[in-house]
Amino acid sequence: MGVRLPVVRGTQPDPADHSVLAVNAALLTDWLVAFLRDEVTVRRPFRTVVVGVSGGVDSAVTAHLCARALDPANVLGVRMPYRTSSPDSLEHAQLVIEGLGIRSVTVDISDAVDGLLRSEPDASPLRRGNVMARMRMIVLFDQAAKHHAIPVGTGNKTERMLGYYTWHGDDAPPVNPLGDLLKTQVRALARHLGVPEAVVAKPPSADLVRGQTDEADIGVAYENADMILHYLLQGYSAARLVEWGFCPADVHVVERRVNQTHWKRHLPATAMISSTAIGESYLRPTDYAPPAALPG
Amino acid sequence: MQLRIAQAQISPVFGDYAANLARFGELAAQAVDEGCDLLTLPETALSGYFLEGAVIEVARPATTVLADLCASYRAACPAGRPLDVLVGFYELYESNVYNSALYATLSAADEPALLHVHRKVFLPTYGVFDEQRFVARGHRIGAFDTRFGRTAILICEDVWHSMTAAIAALRGARFIHTVSSSPARGFAGEVPWNVGKWLELLQSIAQEHAVFVTHTARVGFENGKGFAGGSAAVAPDGRIMARGPSLGEALLCATLDLDDLSVARANQPLGTDLAEAAGDLATEFADAVREARGEGTWA
Repeated sequence: MGVRLPVVRGTQPDPADHSVLAVNAALLTDWLVAFLRDEVTVRRPFRTVVVGVSGGVDSAVTAHLCARALDPANVLGVRMPYRTSSPDSLEHAQLVIEGLGIRSVTVDISDAVDGLLRSEPDASPLRRGNVMARMRMIVLFDQAAKHHAIPVGTGNKTERMLGYYTWHGDDAPPVNPLGDLLKTQVRALARHLGVPEAVVAKPPSADLVRGQTDEADIGVAYENADMILHYLLQGYSAARLVEWGFCPADVHVVERRVNQTHWKRHLPATAMISSTAIGESYLRPTDYAPPAALPG
Repeated sequence: MQLRIAQAQISPVFGDYAANLARFGELAAQAVDEGCDLLTLPETALSGYFLEGAVIEVARPATTVLADLCASYRAACPAGRPLDVLVGFYELYESNVYNSALYATLSAADEPALLHVHRKVFLPTYGVFDEQRFVARGHRIGAFDTRFGRTAILICEDVWHSMTAAIAALRGARFIHTVSSSPARGFAGEVPWNVGKWLELLQSIAQEHAVFVTHTARVGFENGKGFAGGSAAVAPDGRIMARGPSLGEALLCATLDLDDLSVARANQPLGTDLAEAAGDLATEFADAVREARGEGTWA
């Protein structure tokens, strides 16, 4: 047998290769700052924004970006604790607010939530969590109206894709800088922006129920979920991912959550009657406002 | 001979034709001050890009746009010398809306001359794009004569298909001016992914056909979608002569010297090779098209 050639083997995507999620945090920061300035001050008539600051990494990053885009004096951080919220959450939120020098207000939602649930003593944790999330949405919009400001959302792409949020609650604000960034990418951005490590490194929690963590609720670690989402969203099948070495149980959880929550990423289904149905046939961008053709 | 080009990397005012016309006048004045002969504006520069069903409300016939551009130019430069302009706009043509770009010569003294209108051939209708729903498809990759030499225009996805540049080159184009409204995707590198990809395409076209290639891209945001910028002017040997930022407006000014064409063509005469083989390739191409359509091959 003659001399055998060295073999160069082709590769497949590697579940351990997290570099596919890498972002250039400096470029991304510039981009999101420009996006916020444009959405808030150019396409809408505002100078001030309202951000619900929970003590978690998503709202911390959002507050940082808003402070850079609009000046800290034009950012109102709203802390909205419930009586069972973790004291750490409130402290971490304050850490972010003081670190940025933004304005702040604390609105305790306990009375409002408890008042609503007084006649529903048997409400499940899920229902109670939804009421809290929607109460925070009401507070944010009300504070926005009070300060002639616009609420800025903090939801990331991972929770949006997994449906891990309250419909018309966390997702309600009309401007969202993080909605196309996976949790792993938000963390990378947080470290670039100088968000306190105590906020970046702690286990993410919706903090609706004491001791709750996102990853326990979801059933998959964010790092793994993000890798799986990265490939699933490009159109690769769950079977291919398992073939590449992804954990079958994790892939199943992520795929099931995505497929069961498409409705959450859409506006309500509206019965179509005419040939000018809004959003079906009559399509105009949100910020399209041509000069009036007729005197108004 | 030299062509001094000014490429306006701008953020149009969304849906406001009059405001964008006024902006055009300001840009023309600056281009004249810079001693430029040609001013290029991006794709859909007179309205913005993602207009969905509102394209019908901002579309204008090319002749109307020409007259409006000329009026704006004369208002901004009352004693202005002739200035060539290339402007992207939604065009109303034979009762259809097209994504078009016109090339014209404007002057303070003479009537404006419309030299060419290119109607975008490849309408992206995937992912974030939905063009074919709202505009009609153009059918020609033309080339036309200007006072600086034979020229062709390509709009955005037109550039991503290598055969369009080949057709333009075969038609004798020495300048291929491209315009785009390209939403940024991919933030892992130094610049958004599509900015890097565009530069690869421009350099590849310039080197293969030994032509000057320019790319006038827009910036700014529309409903969360940020346009990538990264305008560029590329010499016939692939050298980058000017390059715009990824964020922010800029006027790129470069001098394109026609002597560079002959140097590049002498060093790498791929264009001559293409012209010689083009007849055979045309037959092959027609054959491949029939095959792709399931009509069988020629026996």
